[in-house]
Amino acid sequence: MNLDIGAVRVSLGGTPILRDATLTAEPGDFVGLVGPNGSGKTTLLRTVYRALRPDSGVVRVGGEDVWSLSPRAAARRTAAVLQSRNTPGGVTVAEVVALGRTAHHGLFSSGEDRSAVRDALKQAGVADMADRAFGSLSGGERQRVLLACALAQRPRVLVLDEPTNHLDIRARFELMDLVRGTGITVLAVLHDLDIAARYCDRLVVLHQGVVTAAGPVLNVLTPGTLREVFGVNAAAELCGDGVVRVVYHAAPLA
Amino acid sequence: MTRHRAQTAPLHFVPLPACLAVTGAGLVAVMLIAIGVGSVSVPLGDVWRVIGSHVLGGTATADPVSEQIVWDFRVPRVLLAALCGAGLAVAGVLLQALILNPLAEPYVLGLVPGASVGAVLVITVGAGVVGGLSASSAAFAGAMLAGAAVFALGRAAPARLVLSGVAVGYVFLAATSYLQLQANPGDLRQVMFWLMGSVAGARWDQLGLVTAVVIAATAAVLLAGRRVNALVTGDETATALGVDVRRTRLLLLVLAALLTGTVCAVAGGISFVGLMVPHVTRLAFGVDHRRVLPLSALLGAGYLVLVDLLSRTVDAPNELPIGIFTAAFGAPFLIWLMRRDRTES
Repeated sequence: MNLDIGAVRVSLGGTPILRDATLTAEPGDFVGLVGPNGSGKTTLLRTVYRALRPDSGVVRVGGEDVWSLSPRAAARRTAAVLQSRNTPGGVTVAEVVALGRTAHHGLFSSGEDRSAVRDALKQAGVADMADRAFGSLSGGERQRVLLACALAQRPRVLVLDEPTNHLDIRARFELMDLVRGTGITVLAVLHDLDIAARYCDRLVVLHQGVVTAAGPVLNVLTPGTLREVFGVNAAAELCGDGVVRVVYHAAPLA
Repeated sequence: MTRHRAQTAPLHFVPLPACLAVTGAGLVAVMLIAIGVGSVSVPLGDVWRVIGSHVLGGTATADPVSEQIVWDFRVPRVLLAALCGAGLAVAGVLLQALILNPLAEPYVLGLVPGASVGAVLVITVGAGVVGGLSASSAAFAGAMLAGAAVFALGRAAPARLVLSGVAVGYVFLAATSYLQLQANPGDLRQVMFWLMGSVAGARWDQLGLVTAVVIAATAAVLLAGRRVNALVTGDETATALGVDVRRTRLLLLVLAALLTGTVCAVAGGISFVGLMVPHVTRLAFGVDHRRVLPLSALLGAGYLVLVDLLSRTVDAPNELPIGIFTAAFGAPFLIWLMRRDRTES
């Protein structure tokens, strides 16, 4: 499904956070949302998974305004992998992933619930840990389990909030490869510009609540944007192996 | 916020029906013992015969004194203790899920203090001030009023709900203290007994309503069990999983207030059961609410039956209030829980 965010405005406690933020993702697109701390990335994401209602503007998933859908119906279209989550002590991986079926099931779990959980565990590469305690996993494994939970939702759009945060470099690549491999429409807040450049089809730059650039990676991560928005002396370059890398030329600008 | 335990509960992988069968059988055994034991002990065989003759029909075979002790006093008392224990344990599970805090229970969140004001008002001032309600009805009304105040002030946000629960509780406790100071000395003993809780006054005609409330409330949350599981992951995640967070919290608080109000109406202010039993259940059986709810109900029932047995046998023939024992066992448990949490986090 496609994701359309149109002219979204949000103020929190009187402070404008998002000003006419607009963004589209075509079905299967992998869109990265980048910007410095406090630019409004997480706030924009929250309007997509229906945790925050914009003051004005519209968020459409598959053509439907998410705020005209019930929470349940919206969660059947959109799943989210978020930064913080409370996990009760002793909860197992299978139980965490099964939570992804909350918006689907009737009173009892159906065959479809069970197969969705099984598929998600397999797809995220965590099927062999199903009976382990979530608390016994490494950071990378935990993140893959949370991805499996989102996949069990069988979403058409997947949003991720800094999914590679606190992960070691190998776990970052593993996770992003998994997300990329799902083929689902993705909107991911990413702090690591190099990861963003490597995996995203398109990037959207948020700066002080305004979308200042959007489009293919090489068009967006220009030296000018990197300097003005991120305050670094850098550029995105297409390397010989077809991978786009961000090359930092010097220490951050004064 | 994030706390992880690296191990699953020891009985996590035992299927629910087996867990229910074993705890259910344990509960029945405890209840039969509690019916037989007391200031006058009745042999188990006679207990069976009396119950059998009443439930299955037929003629009474035990002697009339045992018959009366068992059927008119002990059975309703033990049943009421079991229902109250189940109700308080389920209320504790609901409140812990509601505010994402292991310390939540009906007392801490102001519901029992609300019930106390209602009952103490009727005992000390008279039924006239609350429109002719009985102490039981006033206790129920007090708990529901406290629940409404906590939710209105807490606005469905866990951290605010804790604070508003504690604040509402203190206001009601202050009112209760004032009423006690103004009370006739003759009423004070009744007030104290009410505040500490007791099932000594159990009557057959109370049981129907209490049973209906405990079963209906437990069934209602059981049906919402998956939503409750999602809710305890936190507001943002629960929303993304498709849960209407505010509405689910309201449901939990209404049911918890209903259970607490009903239990307080028939048994007074019993503390700590709603704290202790859910934690023990989770430690033993895992954290899935579809397991925790029915198992907590059974364990809570058994626990309160045992505590009631203690309360009438420790100092026989005198009766002590249940709340003395639940607090005496519950407070050390609370300290143990805190120490345990610290070593884990």
